[in-house]
Amino acid sequence: MKDTTGLFALPARVLHWLMAAMILAMLFIGVGMVASVSERHAWLLRIHKPLGIAILLLAVVRLAVRLHYPPPPLPADLPMPQKLAAHASHWLLYALMIAMPLVGWAMLSAGGYPVMLGDSLRLPAIFPANPIAFAVLRHLHTWLAMLLFLTVLAHMAAALYHGLIRRDGVLASMVGRRRGA
Amino acid sequence: MPESPTPKKRPHHLGAWVLIAAVPAACALAFGYVGGWLAPQRLTPKRLVDQFEANAGVHPGYRRNHAKGVCVAGYFQSSGQAAPYSMAQVFAPGQRTPVVGRFAIPGSNPYAPDSSVPIRSMALRFTQTNGQQWRTGMNSMPVFPVATPQAFYEQLQAQQPDPATGKPDPKKVAAFFAAHPETAAFRAWAKTAKPSASFATESYWSLDAFVFTGPDGQRHAVRWRMVPQSADDDGAAPTDADYLATDLRQRLSHGPLRWKLVVTLANPGDPTDDATRAWPTDRPTVDAGTLVVESEQAQDSGPCRDINYDPTVLPNGIAPSDDPLLPARSAAYADSYLRRTSEEAHLPGTASMPAKAQPEARQ
Ligand code: HEM
Ligand code: HEM
Ligand code: HEM
Repeated sequence: MKDTTGLFALPARVLHWLMAAMILAMLFIGVGMVASVSERHAWLLRIHKPLGIAILLLAVVRLAVRLHYPPPPLPADLPMPQKLAAHASHWLLYALMIAMPLVGWAMLSAGGYPVMLGDSLRLPAIFPANPIAFAVLRHLHTWLAMLLFLTVLAHMAAALYHGLIRRDGVLASMVGRRRGA
Repeated sequence: MPESPTPKKRPHHLGAWVLIAAVPAACALAFGYVGGWLAPQRLTPKRLVDQFEANAGVHPGYRRNHAKGVCVAGYFQSSGQAAPYSMAQVFAPGQRTPVVGRFAIPGSNPYAPDSSVPIRSMALRFTQTNGQQWRTGMNSMPVFPVATPQAFYEQLQAQQPDPATGKPDPKKVAAFFAAHPETAAFRAWAKTAKPSASFATESYWSLDAFVFTGPDGQRHAVRWRMVPQSADDDGAAPTDADYLATDLRQRLSHGPLRWKLVVTLANPGDPTDDATRAWPTDRPTVDAGTLVVESEQAQDSGPCRDINYDPTVLPNGIAPSDDPLLPARSAAYADSYLRRTSEEAHLPGTASMPAKAQPEARQ
């Protein structure tokens, strides 16, 4: 489907902002729960697992949306390094939003835990129980989360730069206002 | 990125650049606060587990508490009598559920002599046929010394050995108990408690309260304990530092060991958030079934080694209560588990494991 509006398609925009909120929330929930010994630890963990799996499912839908509706082109006058950075960071964000939940799920499997998303909903193990794999995956979950957080910060700064300094319609294309409006 | 233009020509740009820097910076600060890096006074799982290490040193690959123990395996045979109170599959009439367990003594030194503490512990993992699990860690005492993670942390701090003597400073310990009157019931128990000669003759209490949900949706606050079906031996004096494991091996060579799982139902108003207070003895109890322990294995190679007996891993039908020790245990056990599995994996930055935990190398 050829885009003529200069905007991201509506499903892409809805998914972007919904998932932006979910992913940012997950990062805060994650670091908050492992730094707490109070009831917060328990209820944040109860949210963390189902929300993480929901992100995994939405990320798959989002990839399909992205392939179906090609995103609007970046401004023609954007310098090449910035174009490359934009594309690379978007693919990194996609990779991380899929990898994070998979690593979380795999690490619980490797730790021999039942992967419970609620009182009785249990996901199957996707990795054999193995303490060494658990340790590696558990650390990977932390380091990928830190990488995701830094990438999101840079992404946010870049979006603001487009919207406030360049005013080139890139921010508008995701917010949903037409260029020049 | 273009150079920041001079504020005189395009004044709006200065504010824009400030905003571009400030939004991510504010996010990063909030992240640092929530994650505890910017809140150094908050009690975190890491600080709790660091304190265990400060008290007993780092013993790579071992649990940071209850470090000395032995793996066991067997099954739980349900009587069906708990089924009206909890819909967990493990309580269904006639249900037999495989169990991997661990007996241990509290303390962070895996080489401590068995006579060094009067407490023994039993940890169990029940694996239901529907894949859900029930994990529990129980101690052989009727009450816990403290009610909150903060008090537990302060107790550990008070017990940290004085570098000069290698022993806890009695003044600090006394000051801790004076500041914590809730420890009275535990201290009264400890005064008469003797280190038992066997794991098999001990009762093990959940201490923390939990909530059962029955098939009718009714919720019941409960505590449970494992009541031994083995009698004391003639009381022959133990000969070595590891007499508990020796005794367990000897007893199991003659046949399985059994415990009854007795569930106590709370009355409305009984404290569920305070493990220092036992419930009145007239509360109704349910005989939920029999734990049968059939075999044992050294913890270095046994199946309990890589299990985190997190007491909040529960099947549908059992849930945590409002006891503040439970989330703290879950968080601290996860931290301890990550440290010891990282050591097993020889990850960079972790303490290295002894080639093999050899009895001769004991301190
Ligand atoms: C987008 C998805 C996810 C994000 C952004 C995320 C993020 C995080 C973060 C930041 C932490 C704290 C790490 C640390 O500071 O050490 C964490 C821990 C954790 N995450 Fe995730 N996570 C995601 C998905 C999942 C999923 C799907 C699961 C499981 C099904 C999961 C299970 C866990 C567990 C069990 C912990 C550690 C709890 C503990 O050690 O006490 N995560 N996560
Ligand atoms: C909260 C602040 C955020 C703002 C202001 C923002 C803004 C934007 C903008 C303006 C674009 C369009 C860029 C272009 O045309 O190439 C975009 C794209 C994108 N953003 Fe964000 N974003 C935010 C958060 C996030 C988060 C948390 C994620 C996920 C981890 C994310 C992932 C993406 C991805 C993958 C794209 C590429 C387009 C797509 O396939 O959806 N964004 N964002
Ligand atoms: C805030 C309070 C507590 C803290 C911080 C704490 C901490 C710990 C830690 C770090 C471990 C090692 C976990 C591992 O590496 O797998 C452990 C083991 C254990 N704890 Fe606690 N604990 C607390 C309260 C309790 C209570 C109330 C009980 C008794 C009901 C208990 C019973 C046990 C048992 C039985 C084990 C050994 C489990 C096994 O054999 O693997 N703990 N504790």
